[in-house]
Amino acid sequence: MTTDDLVQRLLESAGVKPSHVLGEDVARLQVHENKVIGSHVVPGLEVVVDERPDGIAAQIVVRKGVHIAKPVHMCFGVLPERGLQHIVLDIRMEEASNASILAHCTFPNAVDVTHKMDAEITVAPGATYNYFERHVHGKEGGVLVEPRAHVTLHEKARYRTEFELIRGRVGGIDLDYVTDCAAHSVLEMLARVGGRGDDRITIRETCHLNGEYARAVLQSNIALRENASAEVFNTITASANGARGHVDCKEIVQGNGLAKAVPIVEVNHPGAHVTHEAAIGSVDSKQLETLLSRGLSEDDAVDLIIEGLLS
Amino acid sequence: MGVLELENVTLELGGKPILNGLTIDFWAGHVHALIGPNGAGKSTLANAIMGLSGYRDIEGEIRFEGEPLNGLSVDERARRGLTLAWQEPARFEGLGMRQFILAGAKDKSRKRLEAVLAQVGLDPNKYSDRAVDKTLSGGERKRIELASILAMEPKAVLMDEPDSGIDVAALDHIFEALRALKANGATVILITHSMAVLKQAEHAFLMCCGQIIDKGPVEKIGAYFKDKCIACDHVNQPLNGGIE
Repeated sequence: MTTDDLVQRLLESAGVKPSHVLGEDVARLQVHENKVIGSHVVPGLEVVVDERPDGIAAQIVVRKGVHIAKPVHMCFGVLPERGLQHIVLDIRMEEASNASILAHCTFPNAVDVTHKMDAEITVAPGATYNYFERHVHGKEGGVLVEPRAHVTLHEKARYRTEFELIRGRVGGIDLDYVTDCAAHSVLEMLARVGGRGDDRITIRETCHLNGEYARAVLQSNIALRENASAEVFNTITASANGARGHVDCKEIVQGNGLAKAVPIVEVNHPGAHVTHEAAIGSVDSKQLETLLSRGLSEDDAVDLIIEGLLS
Repeated sequence: MGVLELENVTLELGGKPILNGLTIDFWAGHVHALIGPNGAGKSTLANAIMGLSGYRDIEGEIRFEGEPLNGLSVDERARRGLTLAWQEPARFEGLGMRQFILAGAKDKSRKRLEAVLAQVGLDPNKYSDRAVDKTLSGGERKRIELASILAMEPKAVLMDEPDSGIDVAALDHIFEALRALKANGATVILITHSMAVLKQAEHAFLMCCGQIIDKGPVEKIGAYFKDKCIACDHVNQPLNGGIE
Protein backbone atom coordinates (compact mmCIF):
# COMPACT_ATOMS: atom_id res chain seq x y z
CA MET A 1 0.00 0.00 0.00
CA THR A 2 1.36 3.43 -0.90
CA THR A 3 1.66 6.20 1.65
CA ASP A 4 -1.08 8.13 -0.16
CA ASP A 5 -3.38 5.11 0.07
CA LEU A 6 -2.65 4.84 3.78
CA VAL A 7 -3.46 8.53 4.29
CA GLN A 8 -6.75 8.05 2.43
CA ARG A 9 -7.66 5.01 4.52
CA LEU A 10 -6.74 6.74 7.76
CA LEU A 11 -8.84 9.79 6.93
CA GLU A 12 -11.77 7.72 5.71
CA SER A 13 -11.74 5.64 8.90
CA ALA A 14 -11.94 8.90 10.88
CA GLY A 15 -14.87 10.13 8.77
CA VAL A 16 -12.82 12.98 7.33
CA LYS A 17 -13.22 14.02 3.70
CA PRO A 18 -9.68 14.22 2.29
CA SER A 19 -10.61 17.25 0.19
CA HIS A 20 -11.29 19.15 3.45
CA VAL A 21 -7.82 18.67 4.88
CA LEU A 22 -5.41 18.15 1.99
CA GLY A 23 -5.50 21.68 0.55
CA GLU A 24 -2.40 23.87 0.38
CA ASP A 25 -3.86 26.29 2.91
CA VAL A 26 -4.41 23.60 5.56
CA ALA A 27 -1.51 22.56 7.75
CA ARG A 28 -1.53 18.87 8.65
CA LEU A 29 0.23 16.01 10.32
CA GLN A 30 -0.82 12.40 9.71
CA VAL A 31 0.68 9.60 11.74
CA HIS A 32 0.03 5.88 11.37
CA GLU A 33 1.46 3.83 14.22
CA ASN A 34 4.95 5.35 14.54
CA LYS A 35 5.31 6.68 11.00
CA VAL A 36 4.60 10.15 9.70
CA ILE A 37 2.64 9.49 6.50
CA GLY A 38 1.71 13.06 5.69
CA SER A 39 2.61 16.58 6.74
CA HIS A 40 2.32 20.11 5.52
CA VAL A 41 2.93 23.46 7.19
CA VAL A 42 1.77 26.98 6.55
CA PRO A 43 3.70 30.22 7.21
CA GLY A 44 4.20 30.93 10.91
CA LEU A 45 3.80 27.28 11.91
CA GLU A 46 6.81 25.08 12.60
CA VAL A 47 6.54 21.34 13.08
CA VAL A 48 9.47 19.08 13.90
CA VAL A 49 8.71 15.38 14.21
CA ASP A 50 10.86 12.57 15.50
CA GLU A 51 9.77 9.00 14.79
CA ARG A 52 10.33 6.65 17.72
CA PRO A 53 9.94 2.88 18.11
CA ASP A 54 6.54 3.22 19.83
CA GLY A 55 5.22 6.43 18.27
CA ILE A 56 6.33 9.96 17.51
CA ALA A 57 7.47 13.10 19.28
CA ALA A 58 6.47 16.40 17.73
CA GLN A 59 7.37 19.95 18.55
CA ILE A 60 4.82 22.40 17.22
CA VAL A 61 5.38 26.14 17.39
CA VAL A 62 3.12 28.96 16.26
CA ARG A 63 5.26 32.05 15.95
CA LYS A 64 4.64 35.35 17.69
CA GLY A 65 1.65 37.27 16.36
CA VAL A 66 0.78 34.65 13.73
CA HIS A 67 -2.91 33.84 13.18
CA ILE A 68 -3.40 30.58 11.37
CA ALA A 69 -6.62 30.96 9.45
CA LYS A 70 -7.70 27.35 8.98
CA PRO A 71 -7.54 24.71 11.71
CA VAL A 72 -4.44 22.59 11.64
CA HIS A 73 -5.50 19.01 11.02
CA MET A 74 -3.87 16.12 12.83
CA CYS A 75 -4.75 12.50 12.34
CA PHE A 76 -3.32 9.77 14.54
CA GLY A 77 -4.29 6.18 13.99
CA VAL A 78 -3.60 2.50 14.13
CA LEU A 79 -5.41 0.53 11.46
CA PRO A 80 -4.34 -3.02 12.43
CA GLU A 81 -6.09 -4.87 15.26
CA ARG A 82 -3.11 -4.61 17.60
CA GLY A 83 -0.54 -1.94 18.32
CA LEU A 84 0.86 0.80 20.49
CA GLN A 85 0.99 4.44 19.57
CA HIS A 86 2.65 6.91 21.91
CA ILE A 87 2.36 10.54 20.86
CA VAL A 88 4.55 13.08 22.62
CA LEU A 89 3.63 16.66 21.85
CA ASP A 90 5.37 19.89 22.77
CA ILE A 91 3.06 22.68 21.65
CA ARG A 92 4.10 26.29 22.02
CA MET A 93 1.86 29.17 21.14
CA GLU A 94 4.02 32.26 21.09
CA GLU A 95 2.85 35.70 22.22
CA ALA A 96 -0.39 36.94 20.62
CA SER A 97 -0.57 34.00 18.23
CA ASN A 98 -3.81 32.26 17.36
CA ALA A 99 -4.41 28.73 16.08
CA SER A 100 -6.82 25.83 16.28
CA ILE A 101 -6.01 22.16 15.95
CA LEU A 102 -8.56 19.55 14.93
CA ALA A 103 -7.21 16.11 15.80
CA HIS A 104 -8.80 12.83 14.75
CA CYS A 105 -7.65 9.68 16.51
CA THR A 106 -8.85 6.57 14.74
CA PHE A 107 -8.62 2.92 15.73
CA PRO A 108 -11.39 1.31 13.69
CA ASN A 109 -10.26 -2.32 13.92
CA ALA A 110 -8.74 -2.32 17.37
CA VAL A 111 -8.74 -5.49 19.39
CA ASP A 112 -5.73 -4.62 21.51
CA VAL A 113 -4.48 -1.10 20.81
CA THR A 114 -2.99 1.37 23.27
CA HIS A 115 -2.93 5.05 22.36
CA LYS A 116 -0.99 7.29 24.73
CA MET A 117 -0.48 11.01 24.50
CA ASP A 118 1.85 13.10 26.62
CA ALA A 119 1.52 16.77 25.85
CA GLU A 120 3.20 19.85 27.20
CA ILE A 121 1.28 22.88 26.03
CA THR A 122 2.39 26.46 26.58
CA VAL A 123 0.20 29.37 25.58
CA ALA A 124 2.12 32.63 25.80
CA PRO A 125 0.67 36.02 26.85
CA GLY A 126 -2.28 37.08 24.70
CA ALA A 127 -2.24 33.91 22.59
CA THR A 128 -5.31 31.82 21.77
CA TYR A 129 -5.21 28.07 21.27
CA ASN A 130 -8.14 25.76 20.50
CA TYR A 131 -7.72 21.99 20.45
CA PHE A 132 -10.52 19.64 19.43
CA GLU A 133 -9.83 15.93 19.65
CA ARG A 134 -12.30 13.48 18.13
CA HIS A 135 -11.87 9.75 18.60
CA VAL A 136 -13.26 7.13 16.26
CA HIS A 137 -13.13 3.61 17.62
CA GLY A 138 -14.34 0.26 16.34
CA LYS A 139 -17.11 -1.89 17.76
CA GLU A 140 -14.88 -4.19 19.79
CA GLY A 141 -13.79 -1.78 22.49
CA GLY A 142 -10.24 -3.02 22.33
CA VAL A 143 -8.62 0.39 22.78
CA LEU A 144 -6.92 1.85 25.81
CA VAL A 145 -6.61 5.64 25.53
CA GLU A 146 -4.34 7.49 27.95
CA PRO A 147 -4.08 11.20 27.18
CA ARG A 148 -1.99 13.29 29.58
CA ALA A 149 -1.44 16.99 29.22
CA HIS A 150 0.11 19.77 31.22
CA VAL A 151 -1.01 23.17 30.06
CA THR A 152 0.46 26.53 31.05
CA LEU A 153 -1.61 29.61 30.28
CA HIS A 154 0.28 32.84 30.60
CA GLU A 155 -1.33 36.25 31.12
CA LYS A 156 -4.41 36.85 28.96
CA ALA A 157 -3.92 33.55 27.17
CA ARG A 158 -7.00 31.61 26.09
CA TYR A 159 -7.27 27.86 25.71
CA ARG A 160 -10.33 25.92 24.69
CA THR A 161 -10.31 22.16 24.35
CA GLU A 162 -12.87 19.50 23.58
CA PHE A 163 -12.32 15.78 23.86
CA GLU A 164 -14.96 13.70 22.11
CA LEU A 165 -15.32 9.93 22.12
CA ILE A 166 -18.79 9.05 20.97
CA ARG A 167 -18.23 6.98 17.84
CA GLY A 168 -17.59 3.31 18.46
CA ARG A 169 -16.79 1.64 21.76
CA VAL A 170 -14.59 3.49 24.23
CA GLY A 171 -12.75 0.47 25.56
CA GLY A 172 -10.79 2.14 28.32
CA ILE A 173 -9.95 5.78 28.72
CA ASP A 174 -7.88 7.40 31.42
CA LEU A 175 -7.64 11.12 30.73
CA ASP A 176 -5.56 13.39 32.91
CA TYR A 177 -5.16 17.09 32.14
CA VAL A 178 -3.63 19.71 34.45
CA THR A 179 -3.70 23.43 33.68
CA ASP A 180 -2.02 26.38 35.39
CA CYS A 181 -3.71 29.68 34.68
CA ALA A 182 -2.00 33.06 35.05
CA ALA A 183 -3.76 36.41 35.41
CA HIS A 184 -6.70 37.14 33.07
CA SER A 185 -6.29 33.85 31.26
CA VAL A 186 -9.30 31.78 30.20
CA LEU A 187 -9.66 28.01 30.11
CA GLU A 188 -12.60 26.00 28.73
CA MET A 189 -12.28 22.25 28.93
CA LEU A 190 -15.04 19.91 27.75
CA ALA A 191 -15.05 16.14 27.59
CA ARG A 192 -17.88 14.25 25.89
CA VAL A 193 -17.79 10.49 26.11
CA GLY A 194 -20.37 7.78 25.46
CA GLY A 195 -19.67 4.35 26.93
CA ARG A 196 -21.35 0.99 26.50
CA GLY A 197 -20.56 -2.69 26.98
CA ASP A 198 -17.88 -2.92 29.67
CA ASP A 199 -16.19 0.37 28.76
CA ARG A 200 -14.26 2.05 31.57
CA ILE A 201 -13.93 5.84 31.65
CA THR A 202 -11.79 7.89 34.01
CA ILE A 203 -11.50 11.65 33.60
CA ARG A 204 -9.27 13.85 35.72
CA GLU A 205 -9.21 17.51 34.86
CA THR A 206 -7.41 19.87 37.19
CA CYS A 207 -7.12 23.61 36.91
CA HIS A 208 -5.17 25.98 39.13
CA LEU A 209 -6.37 29.56 38.90
CA ASN A 210 -3.17 31.18 40.12
CA GLY A 211 -3.50 34.64 38.60
CA GLU A 212 -5.92 37.47 39.23
CA TYR A 213 -9.16 37.27 37.25
CA ALA A 214 -8.21 33.95 35.69
CA ARG A 215 -11.30 32.01 34.65
CA ALA A 216 -12.04 28.37 33.95
CA VAL A 217 -14.90 26.01 33.14
CA LEU A 218 -14.41 22.26 33.34
CA GLN A 219 -17.30 20.35 31.85
CA SER A 220 -17.83 16.62 31.43
CA ASN A 221 -20.83 15.11 29.66
CA ILE A 222 -20.95 11.33 29.90
CA ALA A 223 -23.54 8.78 28.79
CA LEU A 224 -23.30 5.21 30.02
CA ARG A 225 -25.20 2.18 28.80
CA GLU A 226 -25.14 -1.54 29.50
CA ASN A 227 -22.27 -2.21 31.96
CA ALA A 228 -20.12 0.83 31.24
CA SER A 229 -18.68 2.80 34.14
CA ALA A 230 -17.26 6.29 34.56
CA GLU A 231 -15.42 8.20 37.24
CA VAL A 232 -14.96 11.94 36.85
CA PHE A 233 -12.60 13.83 39.16
CA ASN A 234 -12.63 17.50 38.21
CA THR A 235 -10.76 19.96 40.38
CA ILE A 236 -10.43 23.73 40.39
CA THR A 237 -8.27 25.59 42.86
CA ALA A 238 -8.43 29.39 43.02
CA SER A 239 -5.83 31.43 44.84
CA ALA A 240 -6.07 34.96 43.43
CA ASN A 241 -8.42 37.89 43.56
CA GLY A 242 -11.21 37.80 40.95
CA ALA A 243 -10.51 34.22 39.92
CA ARG A 244 -13.70 32.50 38.75
CA GLY A 245 -14.26 28.83 38.08
CA HIS A 246 -17.05 26.35 37.47
CA VAL A 247 -17.02 22.57 37.43
CA ASP A 248 -19.92 20.89 35.66
CA CYS A 249 -20.50 17.16 35.31
CA LYS A 250 -23.53 15.56 33.69
CA GLU A 251 -23.87 11.82 33.41
CA ILE A 252 -26.79 9.83 32.04
CA VAL A 253 -26.88 6.25 33.20
CA GLN A 254 -28.85 3.51 31.46
CA GLY A 255 -28.95 -0.24 32.09
CA ASN A 256 -26.31 -1.34 34.60
CA GLY A 257 -24.05 1.64 34.01
CA LEU A 258 -22.15 3.00 36.99
CA ALA A 259 -21.28 6.67 37.35
CA LYS A 260 -19.27 8.59 39.91
CA ALA A 261 -18.50 12.31 39.95
CA VAL A 262 -16.15 13.96 42.42
CA PRO A 263 -15.99 17.71 41.85
CA ILE A 264 -13.36 19.34 44.05
CA VAL A 265 -13.21 23.08 44.53
CA GLU A 266 -10.59 24.77 46.65
CA VAL A 267 -10.52 28.51 47.23
CA ASN A 268 -7.59 30.21 48.94
CA HIS A 269 -8.46 33.84 48.37
CA PRO A 270 -11.52 35.78 49.62
CA GLY A 271 -11.91 37.44 46.23
CA ALA A 272 -12.11 34.18 44.31
CA HIS A 273 -15.27 32.24 43.54
CA VAL A 274 -15.69 28.68 42.31
CA THR A 275 -18.90 26.73 41.84
CA HIS A 276 -19.70 23.15 40.94
CA GLU A 277 -22.65 21.22 39.66
CA ALA A 278 -23.06 17.50 39.13
CA ALA A 279 -26.12 15.73 37.80
CA ILE A 280 -26.09 11.97 37.53
CA GLY A 281 -29.04 9.80 36.80
CA SER A 282 -31.36 8.31 34.31
CA VAL A 283 -32.84 10.25 31.44
CA ASP A 284 -34.97 13.18 32.60
CA SER A 285 -38.57 11.97 32.66
CA LYS A 286 -40.02 15.18 31.25
CA GLN A 287 -37.60 15.16 28.32
CA LEU A 288 -38.42 11.51 27.73
CA GLU A 289 -42.19 11.94 27.88
CA THR A 290 -42.02 14.97 25.61
CA LEU A 291 -40.35 12.90 22.89
CA LEU A 292 -42.67 9.95 23.56
CA SER A 293 -45.62 12.28 23.06
CA ARG A 294 -44.26 13.01 19.58
CA GLY A 295 -44.46 9.31 18.80
CA LEU A 296 -40.83 8.23 19.33
CA SER A 297 -40.26 4.83 20.92
CA GLU A 298 -38.56 4.85 24.30
CA ASP A 299 -35.28 3.58 22.82
CA ASP A 300 -35.28 6.25 20.10
CA ALA A 301 -36.16 8.96 22.61
CA VAL A 302 -33.31 7.95 24.95
CA ASP A 303 -30.89 7.85 21.99
CA LEU A 304 -31.91 11.35 20.98
CA ILE A 305 -31.51 12.76 24.50
CA ILE A 306 -28.06 11.18 24.82
CA GLU A 307 -27.12 12.43 21.36
CA GLY A 308 -28.01 15.92 22.55
CA LEU A 309 -25.96 15.62 25.73
CA LEU A 310 -22.93 14.44 23.77
CA SER A 311 -23.36 16.73 20.77
CA MET B 1 -69.58 12.23 17.60
CA GLY B 2 -66.59 12.79 19.86
CA VAL B 3 -63.14 11.97 18.54
CA LEU B 4 -61.91 11.90 22.11
CA GLU B 5 -64.32 10.57 24.70
CA LEU B 6 -63.95 10.17 28.42
CA GLU B 7 -66.46 8.09 30.28
CA ASN B 8 -66.76 8.21 34.03
CA VAL B 9 -63.03 8.83 34.47
CA THR B 10 -61.77 8.87 38.03
CA LEU B 11 -58.21 9.33 39.23
CA GLU B 12 -56.80 9.54 42.72
CA LEU B 13 -53.37 10.95 43.43
CA GLY B 14 -51.86 10.57 46.88
CA GLY B 15 -55.17 9.26 48.18
CA LYS B 16 -57.04 12.36 47.01
CA PRO B 17 -59.62 12.23 44.23
CA ILE B 18 -58.50 14.62 41.48
CA LEU B 19 -60.82 13.51 38.68
CA ASN B 20 -64.30 12.55 39.87
CA GLY B 21 -66.28 10.42 37.47
CA LEU B 22 -65.66 12.77 34.60
CA THR B 23 -67.54 12.26 31.33
CA ILE B 24 -66.80 14.46 28.33
CA ASP B 25 -66.77 14.33 24.50
CA PHE B 26 -64.46 16.44 22.33
CA TRP B 27 -65.71 16.83 18.77
CA ALA B 28 -63.43 16.17 15.86
CA GLY B 29 -61.83 19.20 14.19
CA HIS B 30 -63.08 21.68 16.77
CA VAL B 31 -61.22 23.94 19.19
CA HIS B 32 -62.37 23.26 22.74
CA ALA B 33 -61.47 25.06 25.93
CA LEU B 34 -61.33 23.44 29.32
CA ILE B 35 -61.51 26.29 31.82
CA GLY B 36 -61.49 26.26 35.57
CA PRO B 37 -59.69 27.56 38.62
CA ASN B 38 -56.24 26.43 39.69
CA GLY B 39 -56.41 22.95 41.16
CA ALA B 40 -59.61 22.00 39.33
CA GLY B 41 -57.88 19.02 37.74
CA LYS B 42 -57.41 20.40 34.21
CA SER B 43 -53.74 19.53 33.80
CA THR B 44 -54.29 16.20 35.52
CA LEU B 45 -56.97 15.45 32.96
CA ALA B 46 -54.57 16.29 30.10
CA ASN B 47 -51.85 14.13 31.63
CA ALA B 48 -54.28 11.25 32.09
CA ILE B 49 -55.47 11.47 28.48
CA MET B 50 -51.84 11.43 27.29
CA GLY B 51 -51.06 8.56 29.67
CA LEU B 52 -48.11 10.19 31.41
CA SER B 53 -46.30 8.36 34.15
CA GLY B 54 -48.23 8.66 37.43
CA TYR B 55 -51.51 9.49 35.67
CA ARG B 56 -52.28 6.18 34.00
CA ASP B 57 -54.06 4.40 36.83
CA ILE B 58 -57.55 5.61 36.05
CA GLU B 59 -61.01 4.14 36.47
CA GLY B 60 -63.41 4.63 33.59
CA GLU B 61 -62.51 4.69 29.92
CA ILE B 62 -60.75 7.07 27.56
CA ARG B 63 -61.42 6.45 23.85
CA PHE B 64 -59.77 8.01 20.83
CA GLU B 65 -61.50 7.54 17.48
CA GLY B 66 -63.67 4.93 19.18
CA GLU B 67 -60.73 2.83 20.43
CA PRO B 68 -59.81 2.64 24.13
CA LEU B 69 -56.54 4.30 25.14
CA ASN B 70 -56.40 2.75 28.62
CA GLY B 71 -53.30 0.61 28.92
CA LEU B 72 -51.50 2.21 25.99
CA SER B 73 -48.13 3.89 26.55
CA VAL B 74 -47.49 7.56 25.77
CA ASP B 75 -45.78 6.80 22.47
CA GLU B 76 -48.56 4.42 21.40
CA ARG B 77 -51.11 7.15 22.05
CA ALA B 78 -48.94 9.63 20.12
CA ARG B 79 -48.64 7.29 17.17
CA ARG B 80 -52.46 7.20 17.05
CA GLY B 81 -52.37 10.96 16.55
CA LEU B 82 -52.68 12.40 20.05
CA THR B 83 -50.13 14.76 21.58
CA LEU B 84 -49.60 17.25 24.39
CA ALA B 85 -48.04 20.71 24.53
CA TRP B 86 -46.62 21.10 28.02
CA GLN B 87 -47.30 24.16 30.19
CA GLU B 88 -43.56 24.35 30.88
CA PRO B 89 -41.78 22.58 28.04
CA ALA B 90 -38.63 20.59 28.74
CA ARG B 91 -35.21 21.84 27.71
CA PHE B 92 -32.68 19.52 26.15
CA GLU B 93 -28.99 20.21 26.49
CA GLY B 94 -27.30 20.08 23.11
CA LEU B 95 -30.32 18.79 21.20
CA GLY B 96 -30.60 20.66 17.91
CA MET B 97 -33.73 22.44 16.79
CA ARG B 98 -34.08 20.21 13.75
CA GLN B 99 -33.74 17.01 15.77
CA PHE B 100 -36.34 18.16 18.28
CA ILE B 101 -38.90 19.83 16.06
CA LEU B 102 -38.88 17.10 13.45
CA ALA B 103 -38.66 14.22 15.95
CA GLY B 104 -42.26 13.17 15.33
CA ALA B 105 -42.62 14.53 11.79
CA LYS B 106 -43.08 12.45 8.66
CA ASP B 107 -41.45 15.17 6.56
CA LYS B 108 -37.98 15.66 8.07
CA SER B 109 -36.71 18.15 5.52
CA ARG B 110 -35.11 21.48 6.35
CA LYS B 111 -37.88 23.13 4.36
CA ARG B 112 -40.44 21.68 6.77
CA LEU B 113 -38.40 22.85 9.75
CA GLU B 114 -38.28 26.37 8.38
CA ALA B 115 -41.99 26.36 7.58
CA VAL B 116 -43.11 25.40 11.09
CA LEU B 117 -40.67 27.84 12.72
CA ALA B 118 -42.12 30.60 10.57
CA GLN B 119 -45.65 29.50 11.54
CA VAL B 120 -44.87 30.22 15.20
CA GLY B 121 -43.22 33.54 14.34
CA LEU B 122 -39.59 32.47 14.80
CA ASP B 123 -37.07 33.46 12.13
CA PRO B 124 -35.70 30.21 10.66
CA ASN B 125 -32.37 31.93 9.93
CA LYS B 126 -31.91 32.66 13.62
CA TYR B 127 -33.37 29.50 15.14
CA SER B 128 -32.83 26.55 12.79
CA ASP B 129 -29.34 25.79 14.05
CA ARG B 130 -29.82 26.53 17.74
CA ALA B 131 -30.19 24.00 20.52
CA VAL B 132 -33.42 23.49 22.49
CA ASP B 133 -31.65 24.35 25.72
CA LYS B 134 -31.64 26.83 28.55
CA THR B 135 -30.45 29.67 26.32
CA LEU B 136 -34.03 29.97 25.07
CA SER B 137 -36.54 32.12 26.91
CA GLY B 138 -39.74 30.58 28.22
CA GLY B 139 -41.72 32.16 25.39
CA GLU B 140 -39.31 30.92 22.72
CA ARG B 141 -39.36 27.43 24.17
CA LYS B 142 -43.17 27.46 24.16
CA ARG B 143 -43.30 28.43 20.49
CA ILE B 144 -40.74 25.75 19.61
CA GLU B 145 -42.92 23.21 21.39
CA LEU B 146 -45.79 24.26 19.15
CA ALA B 147 -43.58 24.13 16.06
CA SER B 148 -42.77 20.50 16.88
CA ILE B 149 -46.48 19.77 17.22
CA LEU B 150 -47.26 21.46 13.90
CA ALA B 151 -44.53 19.34 12.28
CA MET B 152 -46.06 16.19 13.74
CA GLU B 153 -49.46 16.90 12.13
CA PRO B 154 -51.44 15.30 14.97
CA LYS B 155 -55.13 14.49 14.95
CA ALA B 156 -55.67 15.93 18.42
CA VAL B 157 -53.62 18.27 20.62
CA LEU B 158 -53.91 18.96 24.32
CA MET B 159 -52.45 22.43 24.96
CA ASP B 160 -51.81 23.04 28.63
CA GLU B 161 -51.86 26.75 29.49
CA PRO B 162 -50.62 27.88 26.06
CA ASP B 163 -50.22 31.49 27.22
CA SER B 164 -48.16 30.92 30.35
CA GLY B 165 -44.79 32.64 30.12
CA ILE B 166 -45.75 34.28 26.83
CA ASP B 167 -45.75 38.02 26.14
CA VAL B 168 -48.63 39.66 24.30
CA ALA B 169 -46.84 39.85 20.94
CA ALA B 170 -45.86 36.19 21.04
CA LEU B 171 -49.39 35.20 22.03
CA ASP B 172 -50.62 36.15 18.55
CA HIS B 173 -48.19 33.62 17.08
CA ILE B 174 -49.48 30.97 19.47
CA PHE B 175 -53.01 31.68 18.29
CA GLU B 176 -51.91 31.57 14.65
CA ALA B 177 -50.39 28.16 15.25
CA LEU B 178 -53.61 27.06 16.87
CA ARG B 179 -55.57 28.14 13.80
CA ALA B 180 -53.08 26.28 11.60
CA LEU B 181 -53.67 23.11 13.58
CA LYS B 182 -57.41 23.52 13.17
CA ALA B 183 -57.00 24.21 9.45
CA ASN B 184 -55.14 20.90 9.21
CA GLY B 185 -58.19 19.21 10.72
CA ALA B 186 -56.79 18.69 14.20
CA THR B 187 -58.95 18.70 17.30
CA VAL B 188 -57.54 21.18 19.81
CA ILE B 189 -58.18 21.15 23.55
CA LEU B 190 -57.04 24.31 25.31
CA ILE B 191 -56.48 24.00 29.03
CA THR B 192 -56.61 27.44 30.54
CA HIS B 193 -57.84 29.90 33.07
CA SER B 194 -57.24 32.81 30.73
CA MET B 195 -60.10 34.66 29.07
CA ALA B 196 -57.86 35.55 26.09
CA VAL B 197 -57.18 31.89 25.41
CA LEU B 198 -60.79 30.92 26.04
CA LYS B 199 -61.88 33.27 23.23
CA GLN B 200 -59.95 31.18 20.71
CA ALA B 201 -62.22 28.20 21.34
CA GLU B 202 -65.52 27.23 19.73
CA HIS B 203 -66.87 25.37 22.77
CA ALA B 204 -66.02 25.50 26.42
CA PHE B 205 -66.20 23.16 29.37
CA LEU B 206 -66.12 24.48 32.92
CA MET B 207 -64.23 22.28 35.32
CA CYS B 208 -64.22 22.38 39.08
CA CYS B 209 -63.28 19.81 41.69
CA GLY B 210 -62.39 17.19 39.11
CA GLN B 211 -65.77 17.40 37.41
CA ILE B 212 -67.25 19.07 34.35
CA ILE B 213 -69.86 21.29 35.88
CA ASP B 214 -71.04 23.02 32.72
CA LYS B 215 -70.46 23.21 29.00
CA GLY B 216 -71.63 25.39 26.18
CA PRO B 217 -70.81 28.50 24.17
CA VAL B 218 -67.57 30.24 25.04
CA GLU B 219 -69.37 33.50 25.93
CA LYS B 220 -71.66 31.85 28.45
CA ILE B 221 -69.00 29.74 30.14
CA GLY B 222 -66.54 32.64 30.04
CA ALA B 223 -68.99 35.03 31.65
CA TYR B 224 -69.78 32.60 34.42
CA PHE B 225 -66.09 31.86 35.04
CA LYS B 226 -65.24 35.56 35.15
CA ASP B 227 -68.15 36.54 37.40
CA LYS B 228 -68.29 33.59 39.73
CA CYS B 229 -65.24 31.32 39.61
CA ILE B 230 -62.51 33.95 39.83
CA ALA B 231 -64.14 35.46 42.88
CA CYS B 232 -65.22 32.15 44.40
CA ASP B 233 -63.83 31.42 47.85
CA HIS B 234 -64.99 27.79 47.70
CA VAL B 235 -62.01 26.86 45.56
CA ASN B 236 -62.75 23.56 43.91
CA GLN B 237 -65.56 22.86 46.33
CA PRO B 238 -68.75 23.73 44.42
CA LEU B 239 -71.62 23.98 46.86
CA ASN B 240 -74.17 22.19 44.71
CA GLY B 241 -71.91 20.08 42.55
CA GLY B 242 -72.79 22.28 39.58
CA ILE B 243 -74.13 25.63 38.49
CA GLU B 244 -77.68 26.58 37.82
